Amino acid sequence: MNFSIDGHAFSAEPHPGQCLRTFLRERGDFGVKKGCDQGDCGACTVWVDGAPIHSCLMPAFRAADRKVTTIQGLASGDALHPVQQAFLDAQAFQCGYCSAGMIMTIAALDETQRADLPRHLKGNLCRCTGYAAIHDAIDGVVNVSDDIAGNACGASLPNPFGPGIVTGHARYTMDLDVAGLTHLKVLRAPHAHARIRSIDKAPALAVPGVLAVFTWEDVPRRLYSTATHEDHLVDPDDTYMLDDVVRFVGQRVAAVVGESEAAAEAGCRALTVEYEVLPAVFDPELAMAPQAPVLHHKGGEAHGNVFAEIRGEVGSIAEGFAEADAIHERTYTTSRVQHVHLETHGSIAWKSDDGRIHVRTSSQAPFIAHEKLCHLFGFIPADLHVFTERVGGGFGGKQEMLTEDLCVLALLKLGRPVKWEYTREEQFIGASTRHQMTTRVKLGAKADGTLTAIEIRVVSNTGAYGGHGSETLAASLSSPMSAYRCANKKGEGFVVYTNMVPGGGFRGYGASQSTFAIECAMDDLAKLLGIDPFTLRRRNMVTADDWIEAIWSGVSDVEFGSYGLDQCMDLVEEALATGPRRPVPAGEHWAEGTGIALAMLESGPPTEHRSGAVMELLPDGRYHLAVGSTEMGNGSVTSHRQLAASVLGARAQDIDIINADTDKAPFDTGTFASTGTVVAGQAVMLTATALRQNILSYVARITATKPDDWALEADAVVGGNARISLVELHAKGTAAGHRFLAKRKAYLSPRTVAFNVQGIRLAVHRITGDIEILQSVHAADIGRLINPMQCRGQINGSIAMGLGWALTEHMDYDDTGHLKNAALRNYRIPSFADVPRTQILFADTYDTIGPLGAKAQGECAINPIAPAISNALFDATGVRFASLPFTPDRIFDQLQPRP
Amino acid sequence: MDINTIRQIERPRAAAEVTHWREGFAWLSGGTWLFSEPQPALDTLIDLRAFDWPDFTLGPDGLKIAATARIGALDALAPPPEWTAGPLLSLCCRALLMSFKIAHEASVGGNICMSLPAGAMISLTVALEGTYTLWPREGAPRTVKAVDFVTGNHANILEPGELLRSIHLPAAALKKRFAFRRSSLYHLGRSAALLIGTSGPDGDLLLTITAATFRPVQLHFAAPPSAEEVRHAIAAAIPHDGYFDDVNGLPAYRRHLTFHFAEEIRAELAGPGAAA
Ligand SMILES: Cc1cc2nc3c(=O)[nH]c(=O)nc-3n(C[C@@H](O)[C@@H](O)[C@H](O)COP(=O)(O)OP(=O)(O)OC[C@H]3O[C@@H](n4cnc5c(N)ncnc54)[C@H](O)[C@@H]3O)c2cc1C
Ligand code: FES
Ligand code: FES
Repeated sequence: MNFSIDGHAFSAEPHPGQCLRTFLRERGDFGVKKGCDQGDCGACTVWVDGAPIHSCLMPAFRAADRKVTTIQGLASGDALHPVQQAFLDAQAFQCGYCSAGMIMTIAALDETQRADLPRHLKGNLCRCTGYAAIHDAIDGVVNVSDDIAGNACGASLPNPFGPGIVTGHARYTMDLDVAGLTHLKVLRAPHAHARIRSIDKAPALAVPGVLAVFTWEDVPRRLYSTATHEDHLVDPDDTYMLDDVVRFVGQRVAAVVGESEAAAEAGCRALTVEYEVLPAVFDPELAMAPQAPVLHHKGGEAHGNVFAEIRGEVGSIAEGFAEADAIHERTYTTSRVQHVHLETHGSIAWKSDDGRIHVRTSSQAPFIAHEKLCHLFGFIPADLHVFTERVGGGFGGKQEMLTEDLCVLALLKLGRPVKWEYTREEQFIGASTRHQMTTRVKLGAKADGTLTAIEIRVVSNTGAYGGHGSETLAASLSSPMSAYRCANKKGEGFVVYTNMVPGGGFRGYGASQSTFAIECAMDDLAKLLGIDPFTLRRRNMVTADDWIEAIWSGVSDVEFGSYGLDQCMDLVEEALATGPRRPVPAGEHWAEGTGIALAMLESGPPTEHRSGAVMELLPDGRYHLAVGSTEMGNGSVTSHRQLAASVLGARAQDIDIINADTDKAPFDTGTFASTGTVVAGQAVMLTATALRQNILSYVARITATKPDDWALEADAVVGGNARISLVELHAKGTAAGHRFLAKRKAYLSPRTVAFNVQGIRLAVHRITGDIEILQSVHAADIGRLINPMQCRGQINGSIAMGLGWALTEHMDYDDTGHLKNAALRNYRIPSFADVPRTQILFADTYDTIGPLGAKAQGECAINPIAPAISNALFDATGVRFASLPFTPDRIFDQLQPRP
Repeated sequence: MDINTIRQIERPRAAAEVTHWREGFAWLSGGTWLFSEPQPALDTLIDLRAFDWPDFTLGPDGLKIAATARIGALDALAPPPEWTAGPLLSLCCRALLMSFKIAHEASVGGNICMSLPAGAMISLTVALEGTYTLWPREGAPRTVKAVDFVTGNHANILEPGELLRSIHLPAAALKKRFAFRRSSLYHLGRSAALLIGTSGPDGDLLLTITAATFRPVQLHFAAPPSAEEVRHAIAAAIPHDGYFDDVNGLPAYRRHLTFHFAEEIRAELAGPGAAA
C-alpha cells in the first residue's frame, strides 16, 4: 500500500488489525501520542486528507492513498503553524503530552467550530492545565514575558522544551527507537483475593514470538514497597515483584515477554492459572472486624488489617466539648480517584556495551527507583542508570515503582532491551489511586463561634498494599488540623488493608480528604450557629501569631515563613461579591448558592527530603545546571532556570538544564509533596550562589580586587569601568587550572506553610441535579511568584482536578471488587466543557524560608475545591452533600422541591 | 488500538460475495468501536466501505440512509424545510459522547448495531418511525421496524453475519413537530436519558424513551394525553428494574428523568403550535 505521511511517500503493509497510531509511531513519528488508545483523549489526533481523526481508532490501511499530516508535519519548514505559535505564546501546556493532539484539533477548526469550543474540544483531554491556557492560546493571548538578564525571577518565562512540545519533537518516555526491543505484558488477577495454585507456562511459551514467562517463582523473593520515599521505613515492605497470593483484582500475576506486544498479549491469554479463591473484604470498617480475612502477615502491620494507627491530643477535648454552646458532628467521605496523567506508566530497560543497565522511565522519583532496583536485584549502584526525559504528567501517580522492576528482570534473563507500557485500563486497575477516606468530624463552639474543641477520626482504605498509607494518614491529621486555632484538638486515624486497588500519593496527599471533611463541617457549624461562613472562619483561623499545632504537642519544624491567609479570605470575599460571573441558567428550578473553603498546607513533607544541584560556567559564557528533580509538567525546569538566572544576573535561556537522571545529576529524593520549588529550588539557588561566588572570587584574585567590587551581568563580570566577558574569563581561568563549578545540597527544614481559599458560586437544578458553576474564585498565598504564569497554570490545573473529584470522577466497583469503568470513556475527567474560568488572585507575601520568597504551589490549590462546592450546594439547597462525588444521579433525590 | 488478533481484512466489492461467514468474522464500518477495545473473539474484518454505498437518498417518501453513512455527514445534511423534524438529525448526531472527530468516521449503522442504550442513532431512527433493511447471509432481505431492532444493552436481532444495509425514515414522520430532551451526568457526555416526542397533524403524541432504558420504549397516544395518562403509560410500559444501570446514571435517576422529560415533552407539544 502507498502512504504519504507529512509529505513523505512510501509503500508499506500495515498489520491487518493495526491502527494508524502505531503504524505512524513504528515509523518514528513519535509526535503522535497515546493517552488511551481508545478514542477518548485525542492525544493521537492527526489529519487524514485534512480532516482531524483519532489515529488510534483508524485502521491503518484506511490511510493508504491519502494524505496524513501529523504534528511533525504541521509547520512549513521553520515557520510554525499559527496554532503552534499561539501555544508557545500562551504556554498552553504543562507536561505537554496532550499538546500534539490539541494543536492538531484546534488547527483544523473553522470559524463556526471555534465558536463552539466546548463541543469541539470535548474529545481532547488535558489533565494539567485546566484548559485555561489552552483557551488563551485559541484567543491569541500572549502569556509569556521577555527574558531579560537579571529579571528572570518573577517573569512569566516559557518552558525551555516548548518548541519541542508544539512541534511533536519532545521525547516522552516511550518515544525512543531501540534496536532489538522486546515487549512485556502482564496477566492480571481476576480475583480480589486468591492463592495461586499453579501457573502453566507451556501454552504461553508455545505462542510464536513469546520469549519468556515470569511468575512468582522467578523473581527475587524480597519484600519491598512500590511507593518511592527516600525513607523506605515509612512504607511497609508488603509487596513481592510477583506473588503467589493476589490481593486485588488487577494485581500482576505473571509477565510475558515477546517479540511484539501482540505476541506478549497472546502469551498472557494462553497462560493457564489455577486459583484458590479466598474470602475478600472491601470495606475498611469490615476489614477491622475480628472475623475479617487478614491480607498480610508480614510483621509491618499494627494489628489484623490495620497497617497503621495514629493518635494525638492537645488540651482536652472533653473539657472543650463541655464548654461548648453548640456541637456539630457528622461523617464525610471522599472517593477513590485515579490520577489520569495522560502519559501512562512505562519504562524501557537495556544494557550498554560496558554492561551497565539503563532504565528510561516515567517517574517522579528516578533516584528512589534506582535505590529500589538495587535493593531488589542486588546491583552495585554504579552499574545502574535510571533517568527520565519528558514525563507526561504525574500528580503523585508516578511516585511509585510500577514498571521498572519487571523490565529489568526480563532484561537480566533475556539480555535484550525490554519495554513495558501500561494500557489505560491498567492505569485504573493496576496502578495507584487517591486513598478513599471516611472522616468523622466533631466541632464544639461558643455561641460567638469560637471553637472549643475539634475532634476527627479518619479511616483510610489503603487497598491491598500500604504504600503512602501512613504518610497520607498523617498528612490528613496534620495541616488541616492546624488551620484552626483551638486549645483542644484530638485526632485518630487508621490505615486499613482491604482487597481494593492500592492507594498511593495523589496531589493533596491525605490533606485533601480531611480538608473536605473539616471545611464542610465548619460550614455546617456556621449554619448551626447562624454565623456567616467567612466570619466563623476568620474568628478561628490560624494567624501569624499562633503556634502551629495539629494534634500533637511536640514541636515540629513548621513555621510561618510568611502569612497571607487573611489576605486570601479578603480577596475571595471581595471577588465573590463583585467579580465576573455567569447568570443563572434560564428556566425554572435552578437554585443558586455560594460556598467557600480554605486550606493550609505545609510546604513539603515531614519525612526526609533532600536535593542537589551542580552548576558550571560553560566556555561560551552560558551555564549548565544539573538538578535531580523531575519535570512532569510541574514547571520545575522553568523555575529552576529562573532561580539560577536571577542569582547569576543572567537570562533564563542562558542556562542549559538537565534533570532527573542518576548519571548526570546529583541525588534528589523525588518531585512530589510540592518539593520542586522548596527543596530542589533551594538547591539550585545555593548552587548558583556558590558559582557566583566562585566566579567573582576568581575575578577578584586575578585583578587583585575584592569580590564585592564585581557583579555578574548577562555575559560579563563588571566592576566599575572594567568589564571582562564570561567567555574570556572562562578561557583564562581554565588555562590557569581554575574550575568554574559548584555543587550544593538542600535539605527540607524548616518548612513554611501555604494557604489557598476557594470561592464557588453555582446553580443546581432541583429536578435534574445538574450543576453549573457560575463563578470560581481562588486566592493563593504561595509567597513570591517565581513565574506568575506557571503559578496560575498549576492552580488552574489543581482546580480542574478538584472539580473532577467533586463532580465527574467515580470509580464504580461491583461487589466482587471489579472496576466497571476502567476506561476514560466512562471514567470522566473534566473536559473543556466542564471547567469554567477561575479568577485567580494572589496574596502579597514574601517567604523568609522558601527560595527567593517562594513557597510550595503545585498541589495545595486542589484542597479547598471540593468542600467549596459542597458548601455552595448547601447554601443553595440547605442539603449537605457529605460524600463525593456529587454527580446528578447521586444527589437528585435529595434536591426535589418539597411541596 | 491495534487489534492484534485480526489476521485478515477482506474488502469484497459486494455483500453477496461474502458467502463464507463464520465465527471470528465482523463487519468493519467506521471501526471506531471495534478499534477501541481488544477483540479477542475476532480474526477477520470485512470492510463495508468497499461496497461504496451512497450515503443519503432524499425523496418524497423520506430519507434513506446507508448504514455506512458517517454520523458527521448526517449532522451536516441540510434537511428540506418542510421536514419539521429535520433538526432532530443534527440534535441526535450531537447527542453522543464521541468527539466530532470520531463522528467523522463512525457510521450511523455502526452506532445502531452497537445497540447501546446511549446510541443516539437508535433514538433518532426509532423516534422518526424508521425501518431498517437487513441483509441476511442467506435468504432474502428483510425489513424491520427500528423500534423492534434493539433487544437489550448491546444486543439486537441480527443473526450471525446479517448486515444492516440501510435505514428509511418516512417523510410523514419527518414532517411532524418534535420535542427533544437529553441529560448527561457531565457536560456533553454520554446520555443518561434521551427522550423524543413527535406529534402529527392529528395532534397525537409519539413518545420515544431511550438511554434511560435497556432498549427503546415507544408509547403512542392517539390524542394529546394528560400528564396523568403519560405517567401511567410509562409506569405500565417500564417496570422498576427496566432502567439501565451503569456509571453514566443510576437507574433511579434515569427513571426520574424519564418521567420528568416525558412530562416536559407532553406539555411542549400540547402547547402553542399544537395541531391546528
Ligand atoms: C470516544 C467514543 C465515544 C462513544 N460514544 C458513544 C455514545 O455516546 N453512544 C453510543 O451509543 N456509542 C458510543 N460509542 C460507541 C459506538 O457506538 C461508536 O464507536 C460508533 O457509533 C460505532 O460506529 P462505527 O461505524 O465506527 O462501528 P464499528 O466500530 O465499525 O462497528 C461497531 C459494531 O457494529 C458492527 N457493525 C457495524 N456496521 C454494521 C452493519 N452495517 N451491519 C451489521 N453490523 C455492523 C461491527 O461489526 C461492530 O460489531 C463511542 C465510541 C467512542 C470511541
Ligand atoms: S490515544 Fe487516541 S484518543 Fe486517546
Ligand atoms: S499539558 Fe495537557 S495533559 Fe499535560
